[in-house]
Parts: sequence; C-alpha cells; structure tokens
Amino acid sequence: MSALIEELPRLWEGFQLTLFLAVVSGALSLVLGTVLAALRVAPLKSLRVFAAAYVEVARNTPLTLVFVFVVFVLPTLGLILPLGTTPAIIALTAYTSAFVCEAVRSGINSVGVGQAEAARAIGLGTVATLRLVVLPQALRTVVPPLINVLIALTKNTSVAAGFTVVELTSTSRGLARDNPADVLALLAGVAVCYLLITIPAGLLAGRIERKVVFSR
Amino acid sequence: MAYETNVPYLQGMDDTPLSRSDAGADASALVRLTKVNKHFGALHVLKDIDLEVARGEVVVVIGPSGSGKSTLCRAINRLETIDSGTIELDGRRLPEEGKALATLRADVGMVFQSFNLFAHKTVLENVTLGPVRVKGTRAAEAKELAMSLLERVGVDSQAGKMPAQLSGGQQQRVAIARALAMKPKVMLFDEPTSALDPEMINEVLDVMVALAKDGMTMIVVTHEMGFARRAADRVVFMADGQIVEEADPETFFTNPRSERAQDFLSKILTH
Repeated sequence: MSALIEELPRLWEGFQLTLFLAVVSGALSLVLGTVLAALRVAPLKSLRVFAAAYVEVARNTPLTLVFVFVVFVLPTLGLILPLGTTPAIIALTAYTSAFVCEAVRSGINSVGVGQAEAARAIGLGTVATLRLVVLPQALRTVVPPLINVLIALTKNTSVAAGFTVVELTSTSRGLARDNPADVLALLAGVAVCYLLITIPAGLLAGRIERKVVFSR
Repeated sequence: MAYETNVPYLQGMDDTPLSRSDAGADASALVRLTKVNKHFGALHVLKDIDLEVARGEVVVVIGPSGSGKSTLCRAINRLETIDSGTIELDGRRLPEEGKALATLRADVGMVFQSFNLFAHKTVLENVTLGPVRVKGTRAAEAKELAMSLLERVGVDSQAGKMPAQLSGGQQQRVAIARALAMKPKVMLFDEPTSALDPEMINEVLDVMVALAKDGMTMIVVTHEMGFARRAADRVVFMADGQIVEEADPETFFTNPRSERAQDFLSKILTH
C-alpha cells in the first residue's frame, strides 16, 4: 500500500496521458465518425461505398494491427510521424470513428423520413438537411451507445502502451517491475484510475441525455 | 388578376362552370404536368398524367387510396422522382438535383399528412428555419414574419413550445405557417387532415379555406369533400394512377360522369 502512495506521482503522469489520449481521440472520433455517418447516407453512391468500406475495415481490424499500421507501415509510405502520442491518437481515432459512425447511423435511421422530407420541402439542401434537422435529432438519441464507444476507447488507449506511449498501462508495468511485492495494490490503483475516467463519463452522458431529450 | 376580388369558394357554389376550370390552354399555368409516368416496381402509380394548375387556382385531388394522388402531389416538388414526362413550375422544368432543386422547392410549400414539424425545434424555430437558412432573412425579420404567420393560423401563443406539446390540429397549422414563411408560389397539401382527430379537422380546414380566399394557388389531396365543395375551383378525380375526371366541385359532386367517380362518391357519401 505504501508503494502505491509513493508511486502516486508516476501514476498521475500515466493517468494524465491516458486521459489526454482518450479526450483528444474521443473528440476527433466523434467528429470523424459523424462525418462518416453522413457519408453513409449521402446521395452519391461512391461516398456511401467509401464510408462503408472504411467502417468495415476499421472496425473489423484488431486495434493493435491498426497501431502497427500507423506506427510501422505509414512511415514506409512516406508519412513520417513523430513518435509518442501522435500515432496513438491517429490509430485510436481511425479505429474508434468506425464505431461512432455506426452508432450515429443508427440514430439517423431512427429519425423519421418525414423530418428530412420536410427539410427538403422548405428548400434545404442535402448537407443543410443533415446538419440542421437530421443529425441534431440523431445525435440526441445515440448518447448512450456513444458513451459505450467512448468508454471502450478509454480502455483501448492501453494498446498504446505497446507503442512507446507511457500511459497508465505502460506505467503499471513499470510500477509492477519496480515494486514486485505490491503488484496487487498498484494494479488496483491503475484500475481505479481508469474508473476515474469512465464512470464520470457515464454520469456526464446521463446528464447530457436528460438535457437534450425531446419528445416526438 | 381578377382573383383577389373573386372569392373562389363562393364561385364553387355557383352553377356556372369556373373560368379557370379548364385552364388547359392557359400559357401561364403555374404548375404543368405533361405525360407524367411513375412506377413503384411493377406498380404503375402514375399513368400519363396531364394536369395544369393556373395561378390562384385551388385544385382538390380525390380518389380511392392507392390511386396515386399522394404520389402526384409529392412529385410536384420532386419528393418522388418520375420515370417520364415533364413537370414545370412557373414555366421552368423541375431540376433533377442539387441547388436548383432546393431553390425550386423553396417556392413550393408542402404540408404533410403527419405534420413533420422539426421535433427538436420550437414552434417559432420551425417557422423561421427556412427563411433564415434558405433565403438568408435576418433573424429578427424572420421572427416577425413567423409570429405574424403563427397569428394568422391561430397558434401564436404556442410559439415557444416544442411540437410534441401541441395538439395535432395545432401542429398542422404550424406546418402551414412554416410552409407559408417561404412565401411559396404554390402550396401542396398531402392529406393534411387524415391524421387528425375529428374535432381538430375543422381548425385546419378553416385555415386552408382562408388561404384559398387570399388567392393562394393550392393543390390539395384530401378526403374532405366539404372542403372540396367550399374551397375548390376544380376537383380532379384519380383512380388507378389516372385522372379519370375533372370538373368544378358542384358538377362533380352532383353529376359525376364516370362510373368510377359515381362508385367512389356513393361509397363515401352514403353515411
């Protein structure tokens, strides 16, 4: 137990990095996933096919492979990234946005077709119809599944530990190595750190859900 | 136009046929459909439809369900595409897609059977969205216009509420105000009272009659024969995807020529 208290500064470092990865990748995934969902219902078939193909590839590939691709393959294709958090954020975003896309798309499908028809009938174009009428309603209905995706993302940041990012999981390895007698307490401390991110996220989602709810 | 001084629904009561009833040769027809065909799979829903609607005219489309009248109405602002034929609005052919189509739709007001008010926006925002986002009207101006329209349809006191808090009749009147806010050249009504409780039908029909009196060009798909009698300049009877008969309301209801129309009327007017 004393080891845990002594190592709190290291844990804090790891916690900050995990939180950083989760928040930045989460925000980017929400944006990219929403754009992908919009493409999946676009009037142009080529856009729909592209988005569908991207989603299928990204969500069916193990996250570790996505990391390998970003960290080792992209540089051979000429895209040199600084080591550390940047490739991790790219990999996490590329992967998570596919899940965001599918959650948002289910929300879009739940918005009655009459809403889009009414929007088009007053002269709104395809993009404006999506942005002003369909997506605002779709996103409100998918707050719970989106939070699931973001919680999964928070835990998925641990994959970055294998790619030179010293976030929580990587920190926990170091801690366990340095304090072999207190492994259980240290791992419990790390687990609590993850909970400190995911549980408030769930609570926040509940609040957002109550706030944006509307009846049809 | 002589229309302002001639109240159409009083004309409809007259025995003499309306001058606009056979506007077939009128070059200034606001809406013109020529040889329009449409299929849903194997079902031929619109068969060689020719229809012209003059400026200021109120045309009521009736017919048994599945006759294609809703599809006809929705084709006019291209919510349904057509397979062949042409639809012109104010002399211009309906654009296929994109900005030109959106611009045209702004000129065509549409009222749906299921209201389709934007569920996440207040009543007022429902009415101001089009003017602000499509026409670039300033917010204050759009609000003023919206309030005057909401007053006109009698729901101005509900302006701050969400659509779901309103009764069906109120929602449909807001939907009419929303369409009017775009200052459309023509209003399409696709069974506007079919989803309403009986006691709410009249409040919507009253608004529509007032609109007709003001000279709005209207194409109304409805089962409300009373409205057709009160406000229509012309009744178009459809069956099996074809226009079977056209006449002024009095002639149509008292002396329908076709067997299909006689049969239809006998079924709906007997009780």
